[in-house]
Amino acid sequence: MKTTECLIVGAGPAGMRAAKRLLDVGAEVTLIDRSDMLGGQLTKQTHMFFGSEKQHASKRGIDIMQLMIDEITNHPKLTVINNATVVAMYKDRVVGYVIGEQYHRIQAKAIVLAAGASEKAIPFENNDLPGVYAAGAVQTLMNVYGVKPGHKVLMVGSGNIGLIVTYQLLQADVEVVKLIEAADSIGGYLVHASKIKRLGVDIETNMSVKRAIGKDEVEAAEIWRLDEAWQGIEGTEEIIDCDVICMAVGLAPLTELLQQMGAKIMYVRELGGNVPIIDKDHRTSIERVYACGDMAGIEEASSAMMTGEITGLSAALDLGHAVENYDQEVARLRQELANLRDGPHGEKIRQGLKKLGVLS
Amino acid sequence: MIEKTGVPSAKQIASCFPDKITLKKPKAIIECYKEIPCNPCDTSCPFDAITVPEDINVRPSIDFDKCTGCGICVYHCPGLAISVMQLKDGMVSMKIPYEFTPLPNQGETVNVMNRAGDIITPGTITKVQHTDKMNKTALLHVEIPEAYLYDAITVEVKHGSE
Ligand SMILES: Cc1cc2nc3c(=O)[nH]c(=O)nc-3n(C[C@H](O)[C@H](O)[C@H](O)COP(=O)(O)OP(=O)(O)OC[C@H]3O[C@@H](n4cnc5c(N)ncnc54)[C@H](O)[C@@H]3O)c2cc1C
Ligand code: SF4
Ligand code: SF4
Repeated sequence: MKTTECLIVGAGPAGMRAAKRLLDVGAEVTLIDRSDMLGGQLTKQTHMFFGSEKQHASKRGIDIMQLMIDEITNHPKLTVINNATVVAMYKDRVVGYVIGEQYHRIQAKAIVLAAGASEKAIPFENNDLPGVYAAGAVQTLMNVYGVKPGHKVLMVGSGNIGLIVTYQLLQADVEVVKLIEAADSIGGYLVHASKIKRLGVDIETNMSVKRAIGKDEVEAAEIWRLDEAWQGIEGTEEIIDCDVICMAVGLAPLTELLQQMGAKIMYVRELGGNVPIIDKDHRTSIERVYACGDMAGIEEASSAMMTGEITGLSAALDLGHAVENYDQEVARLRQELANLRDGPHGEKIRQGLKKLGVLS
Repeated sequence: MIEKTGVPSAKQIASCFPDKITLKKPKAIIECYKEIPCNPCDTSCPFDAITVPEDINVRPSIDFDKCTGCGICVYHCPGLAISVMQLKDGMVSMKIPYEFTPLPNQGETVNVMNRAGDIITPGTITKVQHTDKMNKTALLHVEIPEAYLYDAITVEVKHGSE
């Protein structure tokens, strides 16, 4: 069986930053990802990012990704395994993964889990019809493969993802008929909402999808108004002519692997669902197994980068590496995170982290 | 209501503008109505006209005396929330961010839209700025009648060839 000092599962911003920190102190790192490239969600983010300069604000997601890739590639102590899906994890830190049909195993002294999240779906009649997509899939089609998902899109969900993917659809010359939101106000940043509204996309709150209409694929959608208890109101139905229903209704951390390993998990709605119980330094309940990025609670690429760094540093320390200025570095990262999580949009995260018992 | 529709109220819009005398020179109009963790407007301005304090969630504030209307913040703002406006001989000359292809041409007449996405007036493209350092956001210079000062915000997107 192969062995490695530190195995990192997931090469998104969290995993890559953890790798960087570990490599910096001389650790030997194996980075494994099921996709054929590094970058995670950032591979499809063509828009300018928020945040401050330290987090590369105003640069585009894909360019930030390239910066992070350049920081680590060709490092003599880094091994990258692409197209490899981790399917099993055991308490003795043995990890099973598949490449094609082939099953492999690797044992690590420490494991950093940074596998990100999966997209949520909402139940409605015919939601399995071709043409019903998750927003991330639409973004991948357009921005990674240059393929338009359809001609007329109904967007569901007004979080930043729904707002941004709407804008990117418009950029790809795809019509977005309407954006609907079940809550009574827009969830994402208002600047993103204004950006699509001024280009003619109407945003309607208190609305949801009743059913998708079509024989072999989506030909239309029936939407309806919701009451305060989020129940559809009979008689308010409206038919929307569209060939794509794009769902941007949230993400859930990919914690199955950790559960399989027997790590302690807790349901925290504010963080997206089941999340690993971690300490301030991102240690899970299993020795030398860590979780960071969206997998430890749905946030942002900027925070994923920082939680990745904190995690890389604590793993380095636990593995016995001398980490220069550890206290100052971690304190600085915590402060930056706190700045990001401040303000009204950070409220949910702060509440979630409080429930978890960490406010790092 | 902006929280429900994405359209700011007339009062909110007015609060972002200086008086019309100040607008004889080009000034940045920042429409960032809600606290978000973001500050490239502050860090990109070479004249130190925009301030976002240490707590980057605080909304940006602008010192119109310092603003030269250069437009640099316009293409650095990830929210596309900044435009530059100037009053000149009964016309408004605006600089707006634009991230669609194909870009319009100088001299072309385009449809100008308001914040609700309605076409309000034709406008003339007087300049198209698009260099590598602008990070893929072009700056369009558009001229429209003064009557639309508080309404105009963007131009209609031209549809590219398939
Ligand atoms: C449309 C959209 C817009 C966004 N805009 C912004 C923004 O403007 N600013 C911002 O800060 N954030 C933004 N984000 C959020 C940001 O992209 C994510 O928060 C961030 O990418 C999370 O990083 P991560 O490293 O935790 O996970 P990810 O980037 O999701 O990476 C996880 C990686 O793990 C791999 N993986 C998963 N499971 C396995 C497995 N079993 N085996 C092997 N590999 C596996 C995946 O292939 C992936 O590469 C946006 C997200 C979306 C979808
Ligand atoms: S227009 Fe130029 S001077 Fe004015 S705030 Fe923007 S960057 Fe600063
Ligand atoms: S850069 Fe734009 S979105 Fe960010 S704070 Fe400044 S004005 Fe608001």
